[in-house]
Amino acid sequence: MPVTSVNPQTWWTIFRISLEERLVYRADFALGTLMRFIPIVTQVLLWQAIFEALKGDDVAGYQYNDIVAYYLLVLIGRAFSSMPNLSEGIAQQIRDGQIKKFLIQPIDLIGFLLITRVAHKIVYYGIAIGPFALVFYLCRGFFSGWPDTVTLAGYATSLVLAFLLGFFLEAFIGLIGFWFLEVSSLLFVYMLINYFLSGHMFPLAMLPEPWASIAQAIPLQYLAYFPTQVFLGKIQGEMLTWGLTIQLAWVICFAILCRIAMHYGVRRYSAFGG
Amino acid sequence: MAIIEINGLSKTYSVYHKREGIAASIRGLFHRQYRSVHAVRQIDLQVDEGEFVAFLGPNGAGKTTTLKLLSGVIHPTEGTASVMGYVPWQRQTGYRRQFALVMGQKNQLWWDLPAQESFRLHQQIYQIERAAFEKTLDELVELLNLQGLLGQPVRELSLGERMKMELVAALLHSPKVLFLDEPTIGLDVVAQHNVQGFLRHYQQQRNITIMLTSHYMKDVVALCRRVVIITEGRIMYDGSLSGIIDQFGGHKLLTLQFSDEAPVDLKNFGKLVEVQSPRAKLRVDRSSVANVLGQILSKYNLVDVSVEEPPLEEVIAEVFASVNGMHEAELNKQQVLRNAGD
Repeated sequence: MPVTSVNPQTWWTIFRISLEERLVYRADFALGTLMRFIPIVTQVLLWQAIFEALKGDDVAGYQYNDIVAYYLLVLIGRAFSSMPNLSEGIAQQIRDGQIKKFLIQPIDLIGFLLITRVAHKIVYYGIAIGPFALVFYLCRGFFSGWPDTVTLAGYATSLVLAFLLGFFLEAFIGLIGFWFLEVSSLLFVYMLINYFLSGHMFPLAMLPEPWASIAQAIPLQYLAYFPTQVFLGKIQGEMLTWGLTIQLAWVICFAILCRIAMHYGVRRYSAFGG
Repeated sequence: MAIIEINGLSKTYSVYHKREGIAASIRGLFHRQYRSVHAVRQIDLQVDEGEFVAFLGPNGAGKTTTLKLLSGVIHPTEGTASVMGYVPWQRQTGYRRQFALVMGQKNQLWWDLPAQESFRLHQQIYQIERAAFEKTLDELVELLNLQGLLGQPVRELSLGERMKMELVAALLHSPKVLFLDEPTIGLDVVAQHNVQGFLRHYQQQRNITIMLTSHYMKDVVALCRRVVIITEGRIMYDGSLSGIIDQFGGHKLLTLQFSDEAPVDLKNFGKLVEVQSPRAKLRVDRSSVANVLGQILSKYNLVDVSVEEPPLEEVIAEVFASVNGMHEAELNKQQVLRNAGD
């Protein structure tokens, strides 16, 4: 495998340039952020009806307020872990040959994509922070105050790891494009499973067996469910340390899988395509 | 000393052979038929430092495949190659810092940003020192007349301007070897001319080694003294431009100016190309030029006569066509054999 440049200045330049590039699309980001809140309104209304029918009973330990807080926090988790257009982008580059650039120039594809994605996210947060702050302020009644510092630190760590996990997971799916060229159906299946098992649709605690055990065993819960549970104070102490360790292990696992896919993918590409 | 050395280089692709129709597509899901495509076959080639070599050939002849092999994007089925002492497909950083590949149909610049930003990125990727970077950039910008365009988003540039920017990006790290794959494709005559002029000047000044593929004979005539003709993945010719005519131009053009009307029986002497009485153009086999001219001179009164080589493009087109003809004949033969076997 070729040795590639690891000069911090290089990565900084890539970061700065992709930041500028992303700013070109700021209006698109602002609109996208607003749209994110629309599905949640229907979910909240649905749960309102359910809890009215239950007359004071909880669902798997959740009261109405907890559920609304949960959905709002899941949105934050997803803002870190979702990677719009990452898989398709990689597969597209493989298909149309743009990937050659990374074989010719002394630069590493995965490192490059990671840096540009960090820049992408930072621009996104810069724009999304306004609407997010507004919605959370309006919905402050659903939360029972700020969590303590340890919990907040754990939450911040879990979000960063959720970002990295989301990145390597979707980059891995994109790199499968070296073998299949078209990854959109694969991505569709992934998104569907992700929607259920990352806790995007409902808290995973509500899942019946064997689904609850499956959700626990696979990495998807770390994309949204786990950080949210940390913020809500449902995971603390040793459990928190343990959870973060497993989350980190998944990140490393998928980072390695990406490297392997890249290594064999490039070999296959240079044998067959080009 | 040879800077590029290729020995017995071959590249065979295995491509899925899809038959027509839905039924065949469904069968293809279970049982796939593959067909071998020999893109490059047993190529030997030496290029010396400072040479400007043109690769000519019809579409699918193996030109681009050869450049991809030399850039390390693909690895060969057989054979060896060394460029500046490196094996290209090992993709060592040392090698990647010293060459560039420009493809006329692909772009490397960031579409939504000014070219300047992409250049800065290249400065970092290739670890070019600031002073050297600025000097090279100024020089390239001046040579290519790009002043004032560096700050404009790439998507707003014309095709010609974009191609020039691509060249700047490729040359910023002062590569010793440059591969150009149809750098003037789609450009108008003026832009083509500018790019040619720039390449000629730059190559002479820096004495870098360039391999170029192009469909425009004008590029080749303007830039390259050495021409390699490649068809069906094999090298058919390697030598000077004028040598192509000696080797493949089987005829000459006689232009005859008669004192009276041009005679009607001229076609007995060769192939009539054009008659504008009293002038006529005749295509005659190289070996019988003296004989034919003697006969005409003894029979008619001539005011003027000239003997010319056929145009280069025509000769090259004939070389390509003859290979295609052979290929088609081969395919037909295979078809007949297959039918006989069925």
